[in-house]
Amino acid sequence: MSLLEITSLKLAIGAAEILHDVSLSVDAGQITAVIGESGSGKSLTAYCINQLLPRGSHAQGHVQFNGQDMLALDEASLCQMRGKDIGMVFQEPMTALNPVQTIGAQVAETVLIHGAASKPEARKIARDTLNRVGLPEAEFPLNRYPHELSGGQRQRVVIAMAIALRPMLLIADEPTTALDVTTQAQIMDLLKRLVQEDGMGLLLISHDLGVVADVADHIVIMRKGKVVEQGATAHIFKHMQHPYTKALFEASSHKPARMAQPEDTPILEVCDLIRDYALPRKSLFGPAPKFRAVNNVSFTLKKGESLGLVGESGCGKSTLTRAILGLEAIQGGSISINGQEVLAGHKVPRALRRNMQVVFQDPYGSFNPRHKVARLVSEPFHLLENAPKGSARTAAISEALVAVGMQPEDADKYIHEFSGGQRQRIAIARALIIKPELIILDEAVSALDVSIRAQILDLLAELSDKLGLSYLFISHDLSVVRAITDRVMVMKAGEIVEEGTTEAIFQTPQHPYTRALLAAAPSFEDLMQ
Amino acid sequence: MKSAFKVPGFSIGFILAFTFVAAALVSFIWTPYGTSGVDIVNKLRPPDGTNWFGTDHLGRDIFSMIMVGARTSIAVAIVAVGIGMLLGVPLGLAAAARKGSLLDEVIMRGNDLIFAFPALLIAILITAVFGPSAINAIIAIGIFNIPVFARLSRGGALSLWTRDFVLAARVSGKSRLRISFEHILPNITNLLIVQGTIQFSLGILAEAALSYVGLGAQIPTPSWGRMLAESQTMVSFAPHLALFPGLAILLTVLGLNLMGDALRDLFDPKLRRDRQ
Amino acid sequence: MLIFTLKRLLSLGLSLIAASVAIFFVVEIIPGDPARLMLGINATQDAVDALRTQMGLDQGLLARYWLWASGLLQGDFGISYTYRVPVAEMVQGRVWVSLPLALYALLLSTAIAFPIGILAAAKRGSWADWLVMGGTQLGVAIPNFWFAMIMVSILAIKYQLFSAGGFPGWEAPLAALKALTLPAVVLALPQASILARVMRSSLLDTLSEDFMRTARAKGRTARGAMVHHALRNAMIPVLTIIGLQFSFLLAGAIIIEKIFFLPGLGSMIFTAITQRDLIVVESVVMLLVFAVILVTFLVDITYALVDPRLRRRA
Repeated sequence: MSLLEITSLKLAIGAAEILHDVSLSVDAGQITAVIGESGSGKSLTAYCINQLLPRGSHAQGHVQFNGQDMLALDEASLCQMRGKDIGMVFQEPMTALNPVQTIGAQVAETVLIHGAASKPEARKIARDTLNRVGLPEAEFPLNRYPHELSGGQRQRVVIAMAIALRPMLLIADEPTTALDVTTQAQIMDLLKRLVQEDGMGLLLISHDLGVVADVADHIVIMRKGKVVEQGATAHIFKHMQHPYTKALFEASSHKPARMAQPEDTPILEVCDLIRDYALPRKSLFGPAPKFRAVNNVSFTLKKGESLGLVGESGCGKSTLTRAILGLEAIQGGSISINGQEVLAGHKVPRALRRNMQVVFQDPYGSFNPRHKVARLVSEPFHLLENAPKGSARTAAISEALVAVGMQPEDADKYIHEFSGGQRQRIAIARALIIKPELIILDEAVSALDVSIRAQILDLLAELSDKLGLSYLFISHDLSVVRAITDRVMVMKAGEIVEEGTTEAIFQTPQHPYTRALLAAAPSFEDLMQ
Repeated sequence: MKSAFKVPGFSIGFILAFTFVAAALVSFIWTPYGTSGVDIVNKLRPPDGTNWFGTDHLGRDIFSMIMVGARTSIAVAIVAVGIGMLLGVPLGLAAAARKGSLLDEVIMRGNDLIFAFPALLIAILITAVFGPSAINAIIAIGIFNIPVFARLSRGGALSLWTRDFVLAARVSGKSRLRISFEHILPNITNLLIVQGTIQFSLGILAEAALSYVGLGAQIPTPSWGRMLAESQTMVSFAPHLALFPGLAILLTVLGLNLMGDALRDLFDPKLRRDRQ
Repeated sequence: MLIFTLKRLLSLGLSLIAASVAIFFVVEIIPGDPARLMLGINATQDAVDALRTQMGLDQGLLARYWLWASGLLQGDFGISYTYRVPVAEMVQGRVWVSLPLALYALLLSTAIAFPIGILAAAKRGSWADWLVMGGTQLGVAIPNFWFAMIMVSILAIKYQLFSAGGFPGWEAPLAALKALTLPAVVLALPQASILARVMRSSLLDTLSEDFMRTARAKGRTARGAMVHHALRNAMIPVLTIIGLQFSFLLAGAIIIEKIFFLPGLGSMIFTAITQRDLIVVESVVMLLVFAVILVTFLVDITYALVDPRLRRRA
């Protein structure tokens, strides 16, 4: 008898039918992963278990947990089970904790709600649980506040709150999506260890196949509210049946075909670049303290080449990008574009900036919601001396839109009429319109679903072949970088710690940080052999 | 904008507010009776068929006086909002465009300073020192609208400056000034409309208060506040004298507030998503 | 926390200085010749000159400002032109009417606003919510002097429940409180309406935050989550409004005192304005502004006590 057995679950919210005939199970001591893209209904399936559904929800079917039908229980009984028998971990650690309560109080709260111990005992349990999740007393006393912790540390506190009473089932809704690669690996290891130690069942929701491949015993694939395929992990990887499953796997390891070979002429040369930030003054005397965000970075990017820049948050890659784009002045070293140098104390001037454009990460934030697509796509014309007007301008806009697989009529629409993937295409069109030689892609596919991501990578490869473009591809996602770059640089704390051809870096990493990064990166290619 | 009228709160508010605006505009061409003549014979008549709102202690028709009084209240409130927006919004946008700079500090401190003064007190002070008149009332109330709009614009602009589309504009070489007008300003108009409606209603209340204590528009310009002040001694035997001006103020302010609230809900992106 | 407090104190001091400069500017510089303003157009040149010397107006601007400001710090508010007595003496008795009135109104406003604001948010969309929203819309739109007139004519004149005005002095504390009650209610009503709406909207925002969902997942009932998590977080923006309200109440009190014949600072200012006694006006305005700035400072400190995230800001 499974710990959790969901049978023929249907869910409607208001008039919309969200889940259709969903069935899955979780056994004690086992990890079941539910994989799906956005809109697949995977999170809502999880919320049906502890009944934390939005207003107007109506669920039918059977959700058997430990012999009880969760759909038939009243609110009081559900409150008793939540936190004691079923724990939950959420996606966003930065907002999951109450900012005005100490972490000790919040972990102890789980215990106190269920009357499982007195106040002093609850504090002791909180301390023990925080130790268990990797937050030792020396650095993380009980009176710490959430804002004093990093994202990964906050997620550990959330996990502590969920397992304090050793529940039978833990539900984790995209627990590592918002975290860095190395932190991600640590949290997954923690969850695996807790499952083994406590013998609890874990229902793990994710969109990332690589992340769950290592830990899951069973995999359930969902699409548009239906379960498409499920089974033991090894079995699924070797003998997947459903076309959607196959498409998902293919997209996750997709490698677009690129033919062009890079030439020898360098487009971008960065020499010993230094970028400092002034920090708020601590005392009235002496110079203001500085923070060195970019520390003596040097590299060369050749024409037609695709160079990857890999690093976790805070490593300085955004600062480096802004300096290259001419948004900020540099404090030391030089930047050369097509042979023309920019020295310390200066910003990259307009004339040189015409050769570069950028595509940002967030397809929903990178366009002014008030402007039509034509105006949005033609914004870079501001950099030109003689921007095209009238019919020449319309022609240029149409050309750019068609090049990225959109229609010329799309120029008259507003940006909210388009999906995430389409918006990124429009963003690429905006980057192409003044025909630059270099495009900087700043986490440009990180916010996209796996299948859309594959399409965009294909588009980028095709454009680079056709137009002879060079790319500076910045990402924290190693599998994406591996798919599209010729050479890779690894950045940490403002410095480039390793550099080499993509295959060399991935097969034989030299620097300990690169090795740690690669070890932490989820990958399931071995499982597929 | 059409969807605004589907919200009942907005429609009711609009009807209320528009009634008085219309009354003010119509009063320039027509009122049932004149408001300057004195007609002692007909003084203090309660509301009836000839005088819908009755007459005051000088025999003047109250309905006509309400219509003409609407001009003062609305004119003062609107111009004061205009002053607040025209001066406050550029200040707020400039402060946000140069966040952390000396300009930003100066503008913020200036705002805080004006906020430290109880508004009505200073309005009283200004009109007392410079002489009571509608113009001085406008200036006094307008001065207090400036930091409101400056703070609002700055707050709205700051959250927009971090967005990627502004970064894209900077990458395209656009100056901060240009970005403030092309990208920031159009995206804070919703905030400005809502706040403008609210400040308008506050302006009406403020003008009424100033006229009530004799520091607003002077005789012969009619104003609702002064009508209330004059009615005070006669309230026990002629309550209609106090009822109608007070109701006029109440309903105009209520109407504007209903509109402002409905617009705020309409423009709220969180609620907009839920609606979809 | 200590550094935060010190920084705020510094800010307080700077605000006071800036405010005093602004007031000095408005009262003594802009009108041109304050002495002539006080005496009127028909005054003789001799009278004006005499007053100028008496007020020390023949000295330089900076000297005059310094004299006035340093006098304020020592409690010397100048000599009233009309009554020839130190303003400080005149102020003393009246402060004890205006300040309790403002505090009484603030207490009433909070006591009414919190429960109804919380109720409206907790039972969103219910008839209780609609009632609160409707009632507060009216409360916000009513001019408080009109409301005062209505209250006086009904409660005081018609039903004789309260006196129509006047203040018996603090020797009879209960009677004094009774005399302040109707004015406080009139002042408090619009403010309570505003505060209730702010409380409601702040609580609604807080209820939709992620950490509320975390609390429910731990087993908290909806009510438990509200009490243990939502309220304290929702209070934070509400505190700012309470601080601002004090400033509104002080200003609103000026007009209300006139209606209820209360011998407070407000009526003193009015009389002084009519008599063109600029010395009194200047000093009393400064006093009221000081009260407001002080309250803002206290609100800031309370803010930091409630929200630990603010304490870190050096």
